[in-house]
Amino acid sequence: MRIFWPVTIAAAALVGLLAYGLVAKHSDTTLDDAVAKGKRPDAPVSALPYLQKTGNGSLADYKGKVVVLNVWASWCDPCREEVPLLQKTHDAIEAKGGVVLGLDTQDASNNAIDFLAEHKATFPSLRDRDRSYGREFGVTGYPETFLIDRKGRVAALQRMPVTHRWLDQHLPKLLAEQA
Amino acid sequence: MRLLAALALALAFAAPAVAAQRASLPDIEDEVMCVECGTVLSVSSSPVAQQERAFIREQIAAGKDKAQIKAALVDEYGEEILAKPEADGFNAALWVVPIVLVVLAAGAILLAIRRWRATAGGETFEPELPPELSDEDARRLDAELQR
Repeated sequence: MRIFWPVTIAAAALVGLLAYGLVAKHSDTTLDDAVAKGKRPDAPVSALPYLQKTGNGSLADYKGKVVVLNVWASWCDPCREEVPLLQKTHDAIEAKGGVVLGLDTQDASNNAIDFLAEHKATFPSLRDRDRSYGREFGVTGYPETFLIDRKGRVAALQRMPVTHRWLDQHLPKLLAEQA
Repeated sequence: MRLLAALALALAFAAPAVAAQRASLPDIEDEVMCVECGTVLSVSSSPVAQQERAFIREQIAAGKDKAQIKAALVDEYGEEILAKPEADGFNAALWVVPIVLVVLAAGAILLAIRRWRATAGGETFEPELPPELSDEDARRLDAELQR
């Protein structure tokens, strides 16, 4: 029976690959669970290229500010409907130490730049071309929004378009907090 | 000899013609993925698939060849857009692992067959005989058979 060890190894490797595939496909709800329990997990940080200008940026550059991190794409219709509210929010919170930071994902950069220009959106956006950064937040669709407090922690999240009410519910408290 | 020369001449003219062949959407869209839906682009009609097709058309109009267009797609959407990943770095495992598995399985089958043949060739199989009859049973059997 000793001769069958290669078959055993091959079968084990195949089962391992299948298990990995299942785990990799499963959406990560760790962040949702933590936030639902009132915890504030540290937001993932990764340097990504800016969409509208040269150079890289990351959440680390906005430490001390309240960040409305919005995952969007120009081909996403709900994102189109949401962007005026995001721009209005950006204008409103900028003087209070807040910023809307877009995360343009799986999108053609020219279309994305045109999209922002079309909506007169001036908030900065980073490019997450293959959603590798978004996956660290458990992003599975568009749009999704994460509120990052002044200490760089996730304080609230919305896995669908944001509403005025949802922003009003969370932002004033976060803006009132000290860094 | 003349035939060979004619063939060589024909190939010499055909090669640049093939190289200069323009890229086409149908040729590319079955080799790239719809990044959001996880299917090949050619079978998807989602908004992001439509954007990808428009991007490919723009690249074709700009005179780029297939390889250049695929490279531009990777720049915009990441490597996951390729239906057939490049065979370098970690991606090489995608090509190597199945081949290694097949070779291992074939080797195991070969070894099993060789061992089985060696075992079968070295031994003679004889049917196991029942225990001999006692004198008493032999007599009874003979009596029964003579009836």
